[in-house]
Amino acid sequence: MSMLELRNVTAGYGQFTALWGVDLRVDAGEAVAVVGPNGAGKTTLMRVISGLVPLRSGELVFEGRSLAGRKAHEIVTRGIAHVPEGRRIFPLLTVADNLKMGAFQPRARKAFTESLERVHALFPALAERQRQRAGSLSGGEQQMLAIGRALMSRPTLILLDEPSMGLAPVMVLRLFDLIRRVRKEGYTILVVEQNVRQVLKLVDRAYLLEVGRIRMEGRAAELAEQDFVRKAYVGM
Amino acid sequence: MIDPIFLLEAAVNGVLLGGVLALLALGLNLIFGVIDIVWIAYVDLVMVCMYLVYFLVMVYGWPLWLAGVLSIALGALLGLGVHLLIITPILGSAPVNQLLATGGLLFFLQSFATFLWTTDHRTVRLALPILEVGGMFVSFARLIAFAISLVAMLGLWIFLRRTYIGTAIRAVSQDREAMALMGADPQRVYFVTSAVGGAMAGLAGALLIIQYSVHPFFGAAFGPLTFMICVLGGLGNMVGAFIASFIMSEIISISGVVISTEMGYVIAFLVFIVMMFARPGGILARRG
Repeated sequence: MSMLELRNVTAGYGQFTALWGVDLRVDAGEAVAVVGPNGAGKTTLMRVISGLVPLRSGELVFEGRSLAGRKAHEIVTRGIAHVPEGRRIFPLLTVADNLKMGAFQPRARKAFTESLERVHALFPALAERQRQRAGSLSGGEQQMLAIGRALMSRPTLILLDEPSMGLAPVMVLRLFDLIRRVRKEGYTILVVEQNVRQVLKLVDRAYLLEVGRIRMEGRAAELAEQDFVRKAYVGM
Repeated sequence: MIDPIFLLEAAVNGVLLGGVLALLALGLNLIFGVIDIVWIAYVDLVMVCMYLVYFLVMVYGWPLWLAGVLSIALGALLGLGVHLLIITPILGSAPVNQLLATGGLLFFLQSFATFLWTTDHRTVRLALPILEVGGMFVSFARLIAFAISLVAMLGLWIFLRRTYIGTAIRAVSQDREAMALMGADPQRVYFVTSAVGGAMAGLAGALLIIQYSVHPFFGAAFGPLTFMICVLGGLGNMVGAFIASFIMSEIISISGVVISTEMGYVIAFLVFIVMMFARPGGILARRG
């Protein structure tokens, strides 16, 4: 049974419709990517799943229960952590306080110490910079903090929206390695990326989203071989 | 030439006044920083709390401290009420509507107070001594008010730094949507913020009534000053507001002695206007 399932999902902002009847599923333990050009609706898709954008029609089911009509702060308690586009860490709080906020909801708060040890083991740089203001970290470290903060909520599914955005090429490679390690810890991952070449090496399956519709889906390796995907996004 | 001892006395009084002003400014600033709305009627809530303490102490004979505790509770309740009844329905609307709505509350409270309690000035008479230290006269009531203000602000600081909900309040002021993704209901954070801001207004009311008389237009005397301090310190910047409170109170107090009380306020406003040109983002803002 799939962990997350979207059936015929339509959503948007005001008069504008960003997603038109999207079907998508993520199985437990999988890593799945959504790729596509700018403005395809990738970020909206993530925001619909985490409850920041309401569902207009269709179904959104997580671990057998509907998420339709649930607010963002309720959905995170179900085990979905959203690492938003642009990281969105709290720049004036210390690294330690950012991680503390990740564990805000009661269930996560109880397991705080254990979660913190796990996050520090994954990202030793965060342990070293605990007392530092989050805004003073480098871009790569900020992304680690954003992911670490999401892990503090004790999720089973992690949504990563453009994790490599704005990072230096060297840092992008390191970040993808880190995401691989996060995956090995047993988290299920749904990732949206512009860096198609790298992300297709990371995930099991991928969806191609264009102008709000799923154009193609398949095994990551197969998708990477598709001619027009290669031309358009991989740049080979 | 003015006797230096008067200047020193004015400086000391300025510090004492600054403490209570800072309490007001921090309360207003907390709400602005988190909810992004300026409560124009903030000091008018203080005025209502001052009346409560006045009636409890002078008419019903309650001990002052107990009346003060009740004033804090009333302030918190008023804060919640303002948020629920006035702010919540207009949260998403244009900023000008938010100003109009809280500004409307100001006129409502002024008229309401005039209607109920007339325009008489009322004072809580306390048998507190005036201390004489090295030729300076310092009111004991002001000293107590200053000390309690400092303790309250320290309490607020610890609350915002050390507790989960306090840290969440700071986080929401930086990124409200990201905090929702952490599992915090923004509405709940707003409630707590409004209640804490209101409680600070209640405490300020209890501390002001032992120094000043209350009347329906009390808010008009302290309201503009409080906004000026918040803007001077940088809206939403707590440390800035704290420092700005003492700058303003010293200007008012010292020029009040050197020239006249009225001129003290004029000079304070002049300094404010000049500072707005020099540092529009507040005294602690980085130069852009």
